[in-house]
Amino acid sequence: MLSLFLLIPLAVIVMLNLPFKGVMRKLAFGAGLLLAVGQVVVVVLLAMGLLSETDVRVPFTLGLSTDNLTLVLLLSIGIVICTTLLVGWQTIKPEKQRFNFVNLVLIAMIGMNGTVMLSDLFSLYIFIEVTAVSSFLLIAFQRGLNALEGAFKYIVLSATATILMLLAISILLLASGGTSFETVKNSLGQFKDNPLVVLAVGIFICGLFIKGGLVPFHGWLPAAYSAAPAATSIMLAGIATKVAGIYALIRVVTSVFTINGSINNILLIAGVVSILVGAFAAMGQNDFKRMLAYSSISQIGYIILGLGCGTALGIIGAVFHLFNHSIFKTLLFVNSAAVEEQSGTTDMSKLGGLQAKMPVTNATSLIAFLSTAGVPPLAGFWSKLLIVIALWQSGFYTYASIAVIASVLTLAYLLIMQRKVFFGKLADGLQNVQEAGFGINLAASLLAIITIVVGVLFPFIFNSVIMPIGNFIK
Amino acid sequence: MTINTILIVLLVLAGVWTVMTARLLRSVIGLAVTSVLLTIIMFRLDSPLAAVFELSVCAGLISAIFISSIGLTQRLTDEQAATKQKERLTRLWFLPVLLVLVGIVMTQLQIPLDFIKQTAPSENDVRIIMWNLRHLDMLGQIVILLAGAFGVVSLFKD
Repeated sequence: MLSLFLLIPLAVIVMLNLPFKGVMRKLAFGAGLLLAVGQVVVVVLLAMGLLSETDVRVPFTLGLSTDNLTLVLLLSIGIVICTTLLVGWQTIKPEKQRFNFVNLVLIAMIGMNGTVMLSDLFSLYIFIEVTAVSSFLLIAFQRGLNALEGAFKYIVLSATATILMLLAISILLLASGGTSFETVKNSLGQFKDNPLVVLAVGIFICGLFIKGGLVPFHGWLPAAYSAAPAATSIMLAGIATKVAGIYALIRVVTSVFTINGSINNILLIAGVVSILVGAFAAMGQNDFKRMLAYSSISQIGYIILGLGCGTALGIIGAVFHLFNHSIFKTLLFVNSAAVEEQSGTTDMSKLGGLQAKMPVTNATSLIAFLSTAGVPPLAGFWSKLLIVIALWQSGFYTYASIAVIASVLTLAYLLIMQRKVFFGKLADGLQNVQEAGFGINLAASLLAIITIVVGVLFPFIFNSVIMPIGNFIK
Repeated sequence: MTINTILIVLLVLAGVWTVMTARLLRSVIGLAVTSVLLTIIMFRLDSPLAAVFELSVCAGLISAIFISSIGLTQRLTDEQAATKQKERLTRLWFLPVLLVLVGIVMTQLQIPLDFIKQTAPSENDVRIIMWNLRHLDMLGQIVILLAGAFGVVSLFKD
């Protein structure tokens, strides 16, 4: 059944591009939305045990597998793709562009679904590239000058990451005779002192740092996120970077390289530097989307900090924060899409006083920013708390303290954003601004509800849903 | 050994020319030449099938795709092309130098290569490897080709 997560979107793309293009163009958006909603429903049923992988037998088995980490990511992918399509339907007007957009989003969906279900290093590289190639095109497809520049920066750094990953895979293939996670893991135990094998592990992690936008390899991220069309920014920030970089890092570090002292230290340092650099850089931004891009870098730092802690609680906190970040960061980018669509700008110096004109956007933005800053009882508070507790229990007091203090910085820059965009007097030229359309409001409301529900229900789902996430750790 | 060394040096030179040349079409020809040299190296390393794939895909298919895409773009004037080449030379001259230096340092380090697993050559036919063992990778590559097709349509086609 797992192959269907790849084969059905592929079949839909083929069908959408058959003759009768006029009819197919009209059906494209609905087909894509149905796929994304279907994925969310199936994953929830799988997680609840109401559906199993063997219930639907498919002639093509692709050697895919799932565990709790995969299910969390598949759920996040479904939710974010749904949101991306809802916002894209509203913000991308020309029908031909919208059709190309849906096709590229479905290709990205195949790439991301494949990445989270496989257990082979070379296949991981291929499906990360599927996600990356579709992301470049989604950034640039409207052919704006800034977007082309952002896509170009992304391509160059992504290609560098690809070269590093391929070099590492070739060395590991020589050492182990295969590229499956199990095979490589078994051989690493034997050659852990060989400098070339150690270099291979190091450069593979480096490649994933670039893909994930971690400091100091984050240069492409603000340009790509801010220059991309609104719907593309949502997909990139909400899930694409997380799957291609962060999920892959969690998977290879826990299942292939295994966490040891050196990898711990690298992850902890990268995490804390990303938190601080992202937070301070966000404070200095005047552009709404660029601020959110730097905020993403900072929040990804928390995920890496949890992973670097090395304990089960830290890794569970990291995965939980990855899910929460998908939701609240997607919501913040949906809000920025609403503001951009209505006002025509994301320059915060030209915005102000939009809360009366855009009450739904304002309210959902408040929920998203409070969750990002880690204010209880919203979801973001709990995942950050788990990470801080894990760090403290492991004796990383300095890292834990920095993580707490950085939350104050997060609150500060997001409060600045909220004040500049929504509070205060209505800025000149915005008298005709109205609330965003139905699609954007629906997406924003659903994401806000998820943020609130997960946060409020956390004490009740901690043992039954959150802790079992860690079952994938071997 | 000498022939292999000459081939590798020519490969690097062809790669550098591909990147540094002023015109896109010449870059594509450079890519095809680089691919042909790599093919010869693969034949000499007793990997005829890998060599055939390299030749047909890189020198053949990819060059054809690049040339068709270039056909959809606007040609630079001679002055623009010369300026761009000069800019590239000024910015990127250090890269081949760095490559050679890294190669020298790596050979001097005398890294133990005993980690390389000695396995018998696979008896599996290429078709079995591609369609039975690595079918997930084949699917991924088909999807990337699809993405490339959409890329050309959305970026270049009016």
